[in-house]
Amino acid sequence: MKALHLTRVLAVGVVGALGLAACAPGSSSDKPAASSSSAVSKDVAGAGDVTLTVWDVNVEGAGNDTQEALNKAFTDKYPNVTIKRVARTFADIKTTLGLALDSSDAPDVVQANQGYPDMGTFVSGNLLRPLDDYSKLYGWDSTFPAGQLAINTFSSDGKTWQKGNLYGVSQTGEIVGVYYNKKLLAQAGATVPTTLSELEAAMAKVKAAGILPLSFGNSEGWPGIHEFGVVQSATAGADAVKGLVTGSGGKWTDDATVAAATTLQSWAAEGYLTPDSGGVAPDAGRDAFTKGGAAFYISGTWNGATVGDALGTDGGFTVLSPKGSTTPTSIGGIGLAWAMSTASKHPDVAAAYIDWVTNADAELAMLKSGNLAAVVPAGYTPAPGVQTDVVDYWNKVNAADSLTPYLDYTTTTFYDTITSNVQELVAQRITPQAFTQALQADADKFAAGK
Amino acid sequence: MVTSGPGALPRTRRRRSWLGLAFVAPALLVFIAFLGVPLAQSLWYSLWQWDGFSTATWAGLSNYTALLHDEGLRSSFEHAGVLVIFYAVLPVTIALGLTAILSRSIRLRGVGVFRTLLFLPQVIASVVVASTWVAIYSPNGLVNQLLRTVGLGSVTRAWLGDFTFALPAIGFIGTWLGVGLCLVLFLSGVSSIDSEVFEAARLDGAGIFTEFRAITLPALRGQIVVALTLTVIGAIKTFDLVYVTTRGGPGGSTTVPAYEAYSKAFQQREVGQAAAIAVVLTALILLVSVVINRFNPKDDG
Repeated sequence: MKALHLTRVLAVGVVGALGLAACAPGSSSDKPAASSSSAVSKDVAGAGDVTLTVWDVNVEGAGNDTQEALNKAFTDKYPNVTIKRVARTFADIKTTLGLALDSSDAPDVVQANQGYPDMGTFVSGNLLRPLDDYSKLYGWDSTFPAGQLAINTFSSDGKTWQKGNLYGVSQTGEIVGVYYNKKLLAQAGATVPTTLSELEAAMAKVKAAGILPLSFGNSEGWPGIHEFGVVQSATAGADAVKGLVTGSGGKWTDDATVAAATTLQSWAAEGYLTPDSGGVAPDAGRDAFTKGGAAFYISGTWNGATVGDALGTDGGFTVLSPKGSTTPTSIGGIGLAWAMSTASKHPDVAAAYIDWVTNADAELAMLKSGNLAAVVPAGYTPAPGVQTDVVDYWNKVNAADSLTPYLDYTTTTFYDTITSNVQELVAQRITPQAFTQALQADADKFAAGK
Repeated sequence: MVTSGPGALPRTRRRRSWLGLAFVAPALLVFIAFLGVPLAQSLWYSLWQWDGFSTATWAGLSNYTALLHDEGLRSSFEHAGVLVIFYAVLPVTIALGLTAILSRSIRLRGVGVFRTLLFLPQVIASVVVASTWVAIYSPNGLVNQLLRTVGLGSVTRAWLGDFTFALPAIGFIGTWLGVGLCLVLFLSGVSSIDSEVFEAARLDGAGIFTEFRAITLPALRGQIVVALTLTVIGAIKTFDLVYVTTRGGPGGSTTVPAYEAYSKAFQQREVGQAAAIAVVLTALILLVSVVINRFNPKDDG
């Protein structure tokens, strides 16, 4: 019978392959040691013919054009350098970058996501080169605010975040805040909110006027992180959330986080959120807002250009301040870090390229294409409307260091845990207490395994 | 696989089996390189706790016991069981019913058009199918519009965002996909039955049910086994529909083993756990296909 033969063949295959791989996975020691070695230099022209392989996530429209232009200007300046560009979407880079870095012809420069699941894992696998020496050489340590540098910093074993070596610098900035439609607010007699209670008061008025208060499409789960994160930051404050995400203090079951979960759940119960949000696609949620179907929409500044184009000067962006404070506080961060692989044979050239795509000229180009720059060059005048609000709040949260990290950075499994639990919470299937207990259980498991 | 037949003489047996092996060798090498080795690697990885990069730590069988203890992982296998009903049992039953009707009117004009239409879902890329159904199930999609039209506005919902209905909603897509495949298989089986058998039965006064039970069903045993094998395997290893429609949500109400393996390996960086899921999934599929093929009439000798 067929099945018998199959079994025999499989058995042979298993024995053979086990013989080949009879050592712990990942223990091969062919990776170069991570050391900020020898002398670093700004010299690119003298490096001879170099091909630089670069992985980035600027795949969309204007961002893509800007990146292409930056690359061309770099190779025009240094004709000895050829850039091999691999552009991937964020979702693709999240699933494939690790394999690429671990391969025999790893890229030289990559855009790596921050936090434990990505950068932490890569650092612990010795796949990224510490850049502190280049940071001093190019002055990144003074160009970028301390809060931004911390997000790209890890201990050399990849186990402690925001302490240790610098592994990259970022080109763009991101804040998750509340977009609003001025016309609909005026119609409902509501004002632009700057605190959570003001937002709730405004949503009540909007609801009373027969307009959907907050557009929320959460079928893919990740918008739930933004929705909950905005409420949590405005409830618990920046320091508490930072402590939770970096694992340096506090518990997810603390009162403030329970209160945040209670608030979000009550919004669903009050009918402030798109009904059946778990079955509405994120893009559909955004489109409902940009077409005037809802007064508010919680999302990141990467949607600024889309909202600005659709609503013009009717569109606005606000970041809430915690109770009793005037410091706008929200989740957000910086774009994926431009980092260097340990495998790169031309670190000087790679570093020059990283500096090239993150210096003031590059930031200006990014702003002009509708993105938010990590560091907005002094004297830049943003377009009126949404971009003005976005740049204004970005400068404020950076000055106050009140940006809280994305919650899914917490552990390697946190993305799954929080996305599915926000869906349960909003659908009234679990209590706010059970919600926070699930998050704490995930954090505990990760801490125990470290 | 080529083996020496039962009639081979003992003297030539050895030579013939070497010859057989030579014929099989190319296929066998491909099989070992692209299936055997990765499978063995997965088995090996499944015994470790590994993030994919740093040095792994020995985990023994803990990745396998987690399949029993971890509620999320266990329920993903239960969901696959539910999908078997929608992907396999329902399509085979529906297609058998349609076959009973269509086989009576096999010379009907336009039957080819129906057959093509019913088979159409099979030739459309599954991502396209899934995206289409996301629109159909959406809060203002076709299903809810129809319900409102007939006065059932109170039962409308975001079908894929509902904790109770998301899994059956995905299952129904599978049913819709499977019916065409099963029907084409069964109709080809029916067409190989001598039409005189049907005529004789009708002369004896057999109605549509008797005819179906006495002639069509027994003759289709082989096709039913093939249809069940394909659809049950399809149900257990389903990934694409879930990935595009719900990503396992809402909550964890539509997770399936293949999606969990993907998520563990590439998103949560638990390669050992992912490998254990994949190994169990493979074993389950092998077991199910062996059991189903027990009913193949050819094995009766």
